[in-house]
Amino acid sequence: CGAAALTSLFVDCPGTSSARAGRAAACQGCPNQRLCAAGAAAVDPAEAAELRERLRGVKHTVVVLSGKGGVGKSTFSALLAHGLAADGSKQVALLDIDICGPSIPKMMGLEGEQVHQSGSGWSPVYVEENLGVMSVGFLLSSPDDAVIWRGPKKNGLIKQFLRDVDWGEVDYLIVDTPPGTSDEHLSIVQYLSALHIDGAVIITTPQEVSLQDVRKEINFCHKVKVPIIGVVENMSGFVCPKCKKESQIFPPTTGGAEKMCQDLNVSLLGKVPLDPQIGRSCDKGQSFLSEVPESPATSSYRNIIQRIQEYCDQHHSQEEKTI
Amino acid sequence: MLSFLPEGSNLGGVRHILLVLSGKGGVGKSTISTELALSLRHSGKKVGILDVDLCGPSIPRMFKVQDSDVHQCDAGWVPVFVDQEKSISLMSIGFLLEKPDDAVVWRGPKKNALIKQFVADVAWGELDFLIVDTPPGTSDEHISTVEALRPYKPLGAILVTTPQAVSVGDVRRELTFCKKTGLRVLGIVENMSGFVCPHCSECTNIFSKGGGEELAKHAGVPFLGSVPLDPQLSQSLEDGRDFIQEFPKSSAFPALTHIAQQILDGVSQGSS
Repeated sequence: CGAAALTSLFVDCPGTSSARAGRAAACQGCPNQRLCAAGAAAVDPAEAAELRERLRGVKHTVVVLSGKGGVGKSTFSALLAHGLAADGSKQVALLDIDICGPSIPKMMGLEGEQVHQSGSGWSPVYVEENLGVMSVGFLLSSPDDAVIWRGPKKNGLIKQFLRDVDWGEVDYLIVDTPPGTSDEHLSIVQYLSALHIDGAVIITTPQEVSLQDVRKEINFCHKVKVPIIGVVENMSGFVCPKCKKESQIFPPTTGGAEKMCQDLNVSLLGKVPLDPQIGRSCDKGQSFLSEVPESPATSSYRNIIQRIQEYCDQHHSQEEKTI
Repeated sequence: MLSFLPEGSNLGGVRHILLVLSGKGGVGKSTISTELALSLRHSGKKVGILDVDLCGPSIPRMFKVQDSDVHQCDAGWVPVFVDQEKSISLMSIGFLLEKPDDAVVWRGPKKNALIKQFVADVAWGELDFLIVDTPPGTSDEHISTVEALRPYKPLGAILVTTPQAVSVGDVRRELTFCKKTGLRVLGIVENMSGFVCPHCSECTNIFSKGGGEELAKHAGVPFLGSVPLDPQLSQSLEDGRDFIQEFPKSSAFPALTHIAQQILDGVSQGSS
């Protein structure tokens, strides 16, 4: 066979709302090209205004991301929601945009709940008075129902979640995402550009197999101009309940999140050890923080949540100063 | 869309195609794909892995070939061989990225276009098995891959889960996906099923236990086995080493080789 090496054919999509959408070199051969060139893929200004109006009452938005699956995004999102809602004076909203694998209903103990409609739109499902949740999980009638949708349909539902849900006044909107850097992520950033995303919290586990995907996610955030609040290293070591010795089940062979954060100049919010009770609480739909308050993992989570809260408050007061 | 079995096509020399799926992320699809390939190789088979996870391609690193390039020949793209003997060949978007940290930020249509090319344009040659490793979910990549592979009549799919309910919940949906797309389920693997402390041998069910086995029973599909958490396996994957060759006494070895044996038995019973 000949020896012509394939250099990268895949210069990135300029973004469907970019001025070059459909016209960039990378657009050649993309099935979406005509759509983009006609300006149809960008967020319609009237739509953007509608979203802005609808989400006017949202003070802070935190998006929970990871390039890698199964690192604990939903677990973290659920605990962040519980942690912030512990302050009864704050209104917290948790939006699950993982359309294919919605874990949030189960983790929040809301499996089987359905969404109700009222004159003002879809009602979030409330765990507590000050903690409301929305997920495609609530729209499925059976646990076996699969959402086998291509990108455009997923984007449509995400838009509905933002436009048609009556979120009301919200101090913190937490958005849980699926793994990757695709439709869901582009859409949420696009639709929420009307508001301010305070920042993204990026979850990883210590091993390089995760980090290599997470670096991509960090680059995605830079590309779409979403500030990074910081990185959480989950499943960071396991202490045997019997002999109390530590094992690295997911070894940080390339320095773990700590080195990655140093290299990429992002903040390491904290490391959370593996505790079998975390998974158990998630399966039971209970808050691990309340169930096992004495676990080292609980103190790690609480410290991280506090740092996120401080970041958002600082962000808010900076905003006020510039007005 | 091809409606005949393309004899002269690049998949013409591939005897069996199987997909590794999961509704859930991070359960070990790429790990199982890799270890299955290694086990089959040790049984004397020629294996290819097609990695259709475009956002998070893990396969190249698991074979320590992440810096390799893809070359073109008359028949199409040449897959990357992991060794001189050409016993395992790979294709992944990981080989096509200029900078490994660059995010592939593509919407569905562009992902679908590349997947079609991956299925049609890679010159696999003669293979006993082509393993297709997928990202989590039931979306563009999965729909496109199954559609593109349909004329080649894949053997079926292995579904990977971890034991806890949150994972099993997503894998139930993947079972529905298989049913709806007419993809046969070869069986379910329960990964990360228990951890034996290397210091004191106490077994802890970090991610619970039994959920995968129960799901297989409930869904009426074969249960291919439970693979325990094994730091030597994680380390091998990090370093791109052949776990099957180098760690035959490690805790995950029996389960992993048993999965491969069941696939081989299924195939020799003339099921395809």
